[in-house]
Amino acid sequence: MKETTKNNALIEKAAIEINNLSVYYGKTRALNNISLSVPRGEYLGIIGPNGGGKSTLLKAMLGLVPKDAGDINIYGKPSKLSRGEVGYVPQFAFMERKFPITVMEVALTGFLQKGVSPFHAYTNGEKEHAAEILGRVGIGGLYDRQVSALSGGEFQKMLIARAIAANPKLILLDEPTASVDANSREQIYSLLAELNETMTVVLVTHDLLAVSSLVKSLACLNGSLVYHGEPKLNSETVNSLYGCPVDLIAHGVPHRVLGEHIEK
Amino acid sequence: MIHAFLNYAFMQNALAVGVLASVACGFIGVIIIEKKLVMMSGGIAHISYGGVGLGYLLGIEPIIGALIFALAGALGIGYLKDKSKTGVDVVISLLWSAGMALGVLFVALTPGYPPDLSSYLFGNILAVTKSGLYFVGVLTVVVMVVVWVFFENWKSYLFDEEFSLIRGVWVKFLRYLLLALIALTVVALIRVVGIILSLALLTAPAATSSLFAKSLEKRIIYAVIIGNIYSFSGLCVSYALDMSSGAVIVVISVLCYFAAFGVKKVLDKIKAASFAGGSKV
Repeated sequence: MKETTKNNALIEKAAIEINNLSVYYGKTRALNNISLSVPRGEYLGIIGPNGGGKSTLLKAMLGLVPKDAGDINIYGKPSKLSRGEVGYVPQFAFMERKFPITVMEVALTGFLQKGVSPFHAYTNGEKEHAAEILGRVGIGGLYDRQVSALSGGEFQKMLIARAIAANPKLILLDEPTASVDANSREQIYSLLAELNETMTVVLVTHDLLAVSSLVKSLACLNGSLVYHGEPKLNSETVNSLYGCPVDLIAHGVPHRVLGEHIEK
Repeated sequence: MIHAFLNYAFMQNALAVGVLASVACGFIGVIIIEKKLVMMSGGIAHISYGGVGLGYLLGIEPIIGALIFALAGALGIGYLKDKSKTGVDVVISLLWSAGMALGVLFVALTPGYPPDLSSYLFGNILAVTKSGLYFVGVLTVVVMVVVWVFFENWKSYLFDEEFSLIRGVWVKFLRYLLLALIALTVVALIRVVGIILSLALLTAPAATSSLFAKSLEKRIIYAVIIGNIYSFSGLCVSYALDMSSGAVIVVISVLCYFAAFGVKKVLDKIKAASFAGGSKV
């Protein structure tokens, strides 16, 4: 009885509470017995090799992939019931970038409500709020531009604006700095730090510079949870995570940066 | 030509059905191109042939049979795509062939002389009756209204289905509704260009409009206008030369698309050259 009360208290305090989560794609195991607790207001970085289950974990948090075992609570509610509390920035590479839609129209879709809305028209308040958010993420002047005319960094900022339009308590970002230039990457990191003042941030990335210097905690994933704790990497953790020497996992990050942020 | 439109009921019916089908094509064509459902639409069109055959066998209006088969096929493809681990292209090609095969078998089983099915396969816009016109009119109005009513939901669904799902939008409902609308549009096209040629009129106006219009709304409006130009000019040419109307409409549509594509390329090059010239200055 006491154990149950304690668990319930933990779930209520946590932004994300994952217990013994396993996910399979057919016969392939994507996530194995993951348990992870993320407190409210946290800035969590998730790293791991390609195919390590990082994106799958985010999708499981959103209830987009079926669980084979375990449970996930987001702000005290099962993942499918908590989607209204969560903003999501998908992987840029999988987005349709030629679709005929403007930046403002994309940001407004962040306000869509549950179900389907016949004759839906966005309110003036929503339009003003969307314009304000686009300004906040640094692309206010591009509101009427077609998404096909955006650079990679501008596109990512637009997706972040859409994700935060409905004031979520938690934002999940899947490699938001992949395929963007260094300047845009810095701008996105500054923005995420600012967002973290009001919401919990979970960042999936290959950018070791980000996880070592920006996030408050770090999770390393390679099918199972290899590490969760302070954002300090050591060679042993990284080698066991990636199964190879660290200088082979740069993913666009200069090697000297890796050297600076990995404890020998 | 004007004399024919003013004096012959069959020409007036042909003109009206061409307008209606072009409207349905404009609305759905743009969506299927953006959602990359062109081959699925081809599959739905060919499945409807089974319904035409069944209509003859049971003694009911073949176009009603085509509508039932197209709807069942569309929803069946959607269901199998969701549930089956087999690739969707395999499912589409199997149902595509099965629909055609069933049509042939049903017609073979029909007592008496075998009916001429060429008007269903290749269209005959000049043979549309008043009741056929009303039927296409109802289908077109349903397609227009459903797209218009849920327009903002469609926009979000087409741009990013996954995000729409996370926002709680009824994505599954929209997915199946879209397949049903494709089925209605395909059936509306059977009389104009026929089952086999329907894919061209579904895609050519929308593809042409996408070369010049930036927003989704404009693409739909331009596609409706362009579809009307294609079907009207095809109707006139086929009447004047006494040729198959469906084939003429399709040939005109395809030629115009490639001509528009060429014009667009030239315009883009001129624009790029003038921009480069401006930059040097």
